[in-house]
Amino acid sequence: MGNVFEIHDLSGWFGENQVLKKIRMDIGKNSVTSVMGPSGCGKSTFIRCLNRMHDMTPGFRMSGEILLDGTNIHSEKIDPVYLRRRVGMVFQQPNPFPRMSVFENVAVGLKLNGKTHSRGDIAGRVERSLVMAALWNEVKDNLALPGTSLSGGQQQRLCIARALAVEPEVLLMDEPCSALDPMSTAKIEELIEDLSGKYTIVVVTHNMQQAARISDQVAFFLMGELIEMDKSGKIFTNPSDKRTEEYITGRFG
Amino acid sequence: MGTIAFRRKAADRVMKWLFVLCALLVILPLFLILFDLLIKGGKELKLTLLTDLPHPVGEPGGGIANGIVGTLVITLLTMLWSVPTAVLCGIYLAEYGRGKFASAVRFAADTMTGVPSIIMGIFGYILLVLPMKRFSAWAGAAALSMIFIPVVVRTTEEMLRTVPTTVREAALALGIARWKTTLRITVRTAWPGILTGILLAMSRIIGETAPLLFTALGNQFWQTRLDQPMAAVPLQVFTYAISPYEDWHDKAWAGAIVLITMVLLINIAARVLTREKR
Repeated sequence: MGNVFEIHDLSGWFGENQVLKKIRMDIGKNSVTSVMGPSGCGKSTFIRCLNRMHDMTPGFRMSGEILLDGTNIHSEKIDPVYLRRRVGMVFQQPNPFPRMSVFENVAVGLKLNGKTHSRGDIAGRVERSLVMAALWNEVKDNLALPGTSLSGGQQQRLCIARALAVEPEVLLMDEPCSALDPMSTAKIEELIEDLSGKYTIVVVTHNMQQAARISDQVAFFLMGELIEMDKSGKIFTNPSDKRTEEYITGRFG
Repeated sequence: MGTIAFRRKAADRVMKWLFVLCALLVILPLFLILFDLLIKGGKELKLTLLTDLPHPVGEPGGGIANGIVGTLVITLLTMLWSVPTAVLCGIYLAEYGRGKFASAVRFAADTMTGVPSIIMGIFGYILLVLPMKRFSAWAGAAALSMIFIPVVVRTTEEMLRTVPTTVREAALALGIARWKTTLRITVRTAWPGILTGILLAMSRIIGETAPLLFTALGNQFWQTRLDQPMAAVPLQVFTYAISPYEDWHDKAWAGAIVLITMVLLINIAARVLTREKR
């Protein structure tokens, strides 16, 4: 299994404030990687580098290299629009498009990504995506309802379906459960397990139990530095770095 | 019950009635105007008002049909180029506009919103009427555009700013190009507000008289050529109202009713046509 992402000495700044310090990380194909750490440690900033969401953020700059299948994502060969089709993203707050139905929310990426799809093709992909996001049975009779009329947990699964519809290779999830109740959280975790093996998934999370349950490997961030990254079994039972141990045992953070 | 609790409750009640009173004061003039219009213009409110051309003084009957058509033509002409220009400029300010140029555009638009409308008329006169050597519907529409565009630019910008950043990010993260994100997602999300801005600005220019005095001029006859002086309801109301003739005064009142009704109908029609299809 090769690496999807290889990250070399990634540093990032908001203005003068350095928020990422020489991060080195490899992310294996079709694995689930959790990124955890206390608030403000640079987790979200880090995964937003992976699909170049910072391009629009005034005052952000970065150094180092991020290779996707061996190609630097900032090279001229890679258009950020195409990069984001390969590297999808799910956000912290469920953010279905207002004024669009459940169906349109999932279909819109296909309709606006420049390729032409027949109507039947789009309907098929919308259904498959909703099935994969474990939402189909709950919404199949209400596809014309506004996406925002669903519950918070359903909205988040709708956003996952929306991201899956454009068939990305990688799915970035920025604390996808932090706005959800425990039942919805359990569903999303189950979903992540189902999707692993087919997609490369990077999840930012505050929740250590969650990281332990869902991930193959865990990265621990502290003050913009990657302290330690290892198999999730190892990091929770026998971490190499004292700071990781202190965080896991609840002594800070 | 302590005196503090009593005072708090009393203050609460007084404030609430103060708000209600002010709300009543705001809508009162509208009803007074409508009432007055119906009393004074009611007797001239006949079908011929809508179908006939103006008659000379002293001759009974006659209507403002040419003015109604003229108002519609000039308004449509104005909107034809002003709506796209203003909305696209609003999009620029909200989605791209950073730095000095954008600030200058914003400042110019705000200033233009405050310029008295007669200035726009004089400007239209100097810019178009003098070189063309005639009053025309074109010049009228140009003057009205200068009132319409700045208002719609600013309301469009404000409405787009109410769309959360997360919506734009969600679209970009799907690999949707930026211009498509803007037009198909962000603008769509803000569309009801943008439309309201367009309709309010349109209602305003339909009733404008001063900018048309020096540009479209008005016309007692049928005229649908855009390079000729054209009648408009507010101009006819103005002409009738300042005349010394009693029956023209009545027609001015009736014309005002027609004008208000037109604004109302166009507003309702636009709302119905663009209602969310479900």
